[in-house]
Amino acid sequence: MRKLLFFIPLVFFLILGAVFYSQLGKDVQYMPSALVGKKVPNFTLVSLGDDQLYTHKDLPKTSYLINFWGTWCPACHVEHPFLMTLAQSGVPIIGIDYKDQKDSAEQWLEQKGNPYQMVLMDEMGNFGVDMGVTGAPESFVVDSSGVVVYRHQGVINAENWPDIQGYMK
Amino acid sequence: MMFIKGIFLVCGIWLSLSAVAQEQMAFRSELNKTRYQNLVEELRCPKCQNQNLADSNSGIAVDLREQVHQMIEQGKTDQEIVDYMVARYGEFVLYRPQHSTATFLLWYGPFILLGIGLVAFIFVVKISRKRRGRDE
Repeated sequence: MRKLLFFIPLVFFLILGAVFYSQLGKDVQYMPSALVGKKVPNFTLVSLGDDQLYTHKDLPKTSYLINFWGTWCPACHVEHPFLMTLAQSGVPIIGIDYKDQKDSAEQWLEQKGNPYQMVLMDEMGNFGVDMGVTGAPESFVVDSSGVVVYRHQGVINAENWPDIQGYMK
Repeated sequence: MMFIKGIFLVCGIWLSLSAVAQEQMAFRSELNKTRYQNLVEELRCPKCQNQNLADSNSGIAVDLREQVHQMIEQGKTDQEIVDYMVARYGEFVLYRPQHSTATFLLWYGPFILLGIGLVAFIFVVKISRKRRGRDE
């Protein structure tokens, strides 16, 4: 019986080892979004191009992507061609021009093409804060009932798209 | 002498650098300023993860500092501001997590372990005393 007591440290070590091992390889930058499972927050934003006011009621009734981008963001340049292919394959993308200049954003879309069904300007970044955005590019999957089901931080590319696509219902 | 002067100069520059992350902000009262300072130190920057809002230079931290500033000047309570941030960025932004079932072990785990250790200690002491009593 007393000899068993000597094994307590070993048992502790094994338990701790198992806990640490299960945490290995996890993305430490990953941060759960507080918005998943909630409706897209209410907004009133001006659209790029036609200067119209849009609200959350004007969002698509099907499943779609919300993509935060800006001409100031280097990774958005990397992401843009892939968004073009997505748009061509029929994925509805709502663009939020995040903390950007109207002129340079319009020029960007003219030169590189426009993958967005609608582009809204969030010049002050207030809608970004409401969505819990930490930077650009950042994308959200919204399902057909208007609920945010997934958030992706960083560039969408051919590698991670199948995972993201899985949430589009 | 020059050497000491140099050290003072370097220290001065170093001390002023730590204040660079924060913008100049006008507050209606000293109290508001103190509340602001406390909040930006308690809230974590969602982008940089291991810095608070006060220390970070990232774009989102600047925006959130401005948001905290505005909300304080609008007369919002500290709790309202914290709730606002948690609703958007999750409990992640709190350096002091709220007490809930999910954070139970985090808050009380050390005390539970201390209790177990204490019980084990008393147990061992009692056993060895008993044995010594028997040996003599």
